[in-house]
Amino acid sequence: MIEYKKSNIKLWSRLGSCGAFGFAANELAQTNDNVLMVTSDLCFYSGLDRFKSQYPNKLFNVGIAEQNMVGVASGLANEGFIPFATTYATFASARCADQVRVNMGYMNLNVKLVGLTAGLSVGILGPTHISIEDIAIIRSIPNIVILSPADCTETVKATIAASKIDAPVYLRLSGPMNNPIVYTDDYNFEIGKAITLIEGKDISIIATGTMVYNSLKAAEILKEKYSICASVINMHTIKPLDKNAVDMACESNLIVTVEEHSKIGGLGSAVSEYLSEKTNKPPQLILGLSDEYKHAGSYDYLIQQYGLTPEKIADNILKKYKNIER
Amino acid sequence: MIDNNLVKKCKEASKRMRINAIKMTHNVGNVGAHIGGALSMIEIMSVLYLGVMKYDIKNPLMEKRDRFILSKGHGVIAQYAALKEAGFLTDEDLLTFKQNETQLYAHPSMNLKMGIEFSSGSLGQGLSLGVGTALALKQKNNTSSRIFVLLGDGECDEGSVWEAAASANHYQLSNLVVIVDKNNLQYDGQTKEILSMDPLEEKWKSFGWKVLSINGHSEKDLLTALNSNSNVPIAIIANTVKGKGVSFMEDNVLWHNNRLTENQLIQAMEEQED
Repeated sequence: MIEYKKSNIKLWSRLGSCGAFGFAANELAQTNDNVLMVTSDLCFYSGLDRFKSQYPNKLFNVGIAEQNMVGVASGLANEGFIPFATTYATFASARCADQVRVNMGYMNLNVKLVGLTAGLSVGILGPTHISIEDIAIIRSIPNIVILSPADCTETVKATIAASKIDAPVYLRLSGPMNNPIVYTDDYNFEIGKAITLIEGKDISIIATGTMVYNSLKAAEILKEKYSICASVINMHTIKPLDKNAVDMACESNLIVTVEEHSKIGGLGSAVSEYLSEKTNKPPQLILGLSDEYKHAGSYDYLIQQYGLTPEKIADNILKKYKNIER
Repeated sequence: MIDNNLVKKCKEASKRMRINAIKMTHNVGNVGAHIGGALSMIEIMSVLYLGVMKYDIKNPLMEKRDRFILSKGHGVIAQYAALKEAGFLTDEDLLTFKQNETQLYAHPSMNLKMGIEFSSGSLGQGLSLGVGTALALKQKNNTSSRIFVLLGDGECDEGSVWEAAASANHYQLSNLVVIVDKNNLQYDGQTKEILSMDPLEEKWKSFGWKVLSINGHSEKDLLTALNSNSNVPIAIIANTVKGKGVSFMEDNVLWHNNRLTENQLIQAMEEQED
């Protein structure tokens, strides 16, 4: 049994999302015989070294061959196993998009595809390795559940939750090592059910992944400096979208979505698509990565460049908020 | 020793299957069907379904069944014809091929109760599924089931085939058999002109597979090859003729996908008589 105690929460944060995933994988191997790991030469990087030494027969490293990895995982899934297949998010979504589409989408096979280093955390490696389009690609494929945990504790919870549903899942892991902590205690995680972290009547900030933490900080700035009350909602499941949470957000004067992903096709688009069906709704501001590949740089540098620091998020929200008629 | 009665049984089935493939193609009218590559794999299908594979139509999910994966999904007419011989499908079912709301798509759609393990159509993906299935059966200690994957020779252009071929050898998947329907034609022309993969036997050998090169229209050769054992995965290069059994279709690239007129139907059916 995993204990959600302070020391573990700190440890997972220090390890980063990959390490937290590896921790959860070990837990799963102890509790579910059918859980297997498949990786394309990223065993160590996926935090699976301990898993490999403890369960050598439950891990298949197929080499640098992502298309084959998804096919192999799909074959395992069809025989009743629960394979987690790990590679960089950009390769998981773009390199083997057709395998993901045919096997996980069309055939609905119970594969858990793990996208490592989604967003900008490996920014210095350049645009081949950052992943700003993965949600857009996978969200357009029917049947695949998309999970985007807010911190490393939620990564552990999402990994375990993914193993328990009979559905293909894309698990989007983002953020750097020493990942900021959103959850300092145990809490209830349910796939498809967003979590309101703070209440606020003026603005609803719907965030996902690493941007949950930055949005909490942005909400603090709005409150302290401008007396604007913003709620912050952790939309950890991007598909299926928690429509009730969006309905509730419509009671405020502005909906803001924040994500470490392209503004095209991600959480902002998902919320916007749902809002387009509604008549009574506030305006929406989509904050995320602009539609461009920026110069390679460190995580903090790129977050700054793309305007996703708490300060810049607060600034952009304020600008929009001042201009809406109430 | 090959059982001559079994050879005879497979030959008779091949004949009926070829007739059914022609009828199904004619039945869809002007949209036509992938008849050429279906006719090249008729004997492979009849021998697998009537002479080699273990399955139970009353218990299609039987753990000890052999698994068949049609990676060259466009050849599915031949598989439907075989599934009819096996008892999974009826003559009426075959006539629904390519009609709205049919289960018999122009490419196979996963339906375990109907004997179809996986969907296919996007080429180059079936062998990875075969590798995953083979690993899964080893993991479950199912040592009696085998996995057969049918590839086209044109399909071997896909790089993902070779990713999978390498991994099958790496994991020493002795329960895995690939059959390459080597009919030497692909959509745009002769394989040697579009993208030559010859010598194909050498390529599979160099990937660590045991390779058997046979006449893919000989039930006897197929029975021998498909029953052979090895401690490494086996690749059977089945040398075939695209459009086999219908003179005007044989080795003619125009019959990759085509429609059958009434007159062509009459001629094709006449050629099936002894």
